[in-house]
Amino acid sequence: MENLFNLFVRSIFIDNMIFAYFLGMCSYLAVSKTVKTSVGLGIAVTFVLLVTAPVNWLVDTYLLKPGALAWLSADLADLDLSYLSFMIFIAVIAAIVQLVEMVVEKFSPTLYNALGIFLPLIAVNCAILGVALFVQEREYTSIAEVTVYAGGSGIGWFLAIASLAAIREKITYSHIPKPLRGLGISFIITGLMAIAFMSFMGIKI
Amino acid sequence: MSDNNKTKEREPMFSAKVLRLLKNPFNLENPITVQVLGICSALAVTVQMKPAIVMALSVTIVTAFSNLIISSLRDTIPSRIRIIVQLVVVAALVIIVDQLLKAYVYDVSKKLSVFVGLIITNCILMGRLEAYAMANKPWPSFVDGIGNGLGYGMILVIVAFFRELLGSGKIYGMRVIPQSFYDSGYMDNGMMILPPMALITIGVIIWVQRSKTPELQEK
Repeated sequence: MENLFNLFVRSIFIDNMIFAYFLGMCSYLAVSKTVKTSVGLGIAVTFVLLVTAPVNWLVDTYLLKPGALAWLSADLADLDLSYLSFMIFIAVIAAIVQLVEMVVEKFSPTLYNALGIFLPLIAVNCAILGVALFVQEREYTSIAEVTVYAGGSGIGWFLAIASLAAIREKITYSHIPKPLRGLGISFIITGLMAIAFMSFMGIKI
Repeated sequence: MSDNNKTKEREPMFSAKVLRLLKNPFNLENPITVQVLGICSALAVTVQMKPAIVMALSVTIVTAFSNLIISSLRDTIPSRIRIIVQLVVVAALVIIVDQLLKAYVYDVSKKLSVFVGLIITNCILMGRLEAYAMANKPWPSFVDGIGNGLGYGMILVIVAFFRELLGSGKIYGMRVIPQSFYDSGYMDNGMMILPPMALITIGVIIWVQRSKTPELQEK
């Protein structure tokens, strides 16, 4: 339990997807003009991460890893399909995003209206595939760990985009050198925020 | 530049239009600083020059060939499932690159870790496929891919150059700041190696570029 909590806090603040690994930067910079839309995208990313990361972990553990097919028959025990993982992961993500979109549309039109436009964008958000690959690389051992890690990463991403959007709304009233307006200043703000987040480094619970 | 100078070259393969595809990504249509595509990987692999160059080459190869393949298939792909088709083509190419890197430059491949896999979701690829390869002939698409890959690589190498020089006093793994500097009190800036400085370095590059080309400035 303590281990899980530690993982959760780490994945939000210390291993933050944006500030430590720069994953999902494209939509982070493109959709952070207003707080409202960025909150919508943040929730959508967290949601999709919570679904895709455990599924990808199951696929990896029971289909792709060296020896993962042993549960099927003993002959397949020495098969190693891990070179296929990129293709399978991205296919799983694209399929789940499509599925989530359809389910949400059917059962909760209000949620669909809030998230709808962002869902297709998310299939190619690097943070989603990034989490799947980090889970594979760090060899998490239980589905609880994977889910907690995915949730934490999603919330970290959400925090980052919401705070950047808030700052960008404020700086529309300030005097910024012309060449730096827009993209340039967003990069520098993100850099400064990343420095602030670095102060969490070394925290251990 | 007068229009008279723009005579068509005898080789139709390298007409002025095709050459422009190769040249524009370096400044006016740079994937990172103007189109804002593919930033994720640009930042994470730029602590040293070597991984940055390997990454730049990998992205160039994948962009060029995926553009070529998708462009040759563009009339047969139903538009409803085009994103899945594009992802599969890109993923197959990335798997090939990943296996090659693991076979020939294992240490760099370890350093790049998940970022090779993340070429799949690199927005440059999807961006160019959607914006260019789906509507143009294979050869210009191929050149467009190479141009954008190299334009991306250029920014990567510039960022890596400054981070490695200021952060560890080396260029491409070779020490360039002499020992006498350190003896007289010079210190490497450890901040440059950490992630935040990559963002700020790119911010400064954008600043410099936009001061030089005012038409890129935002209101």
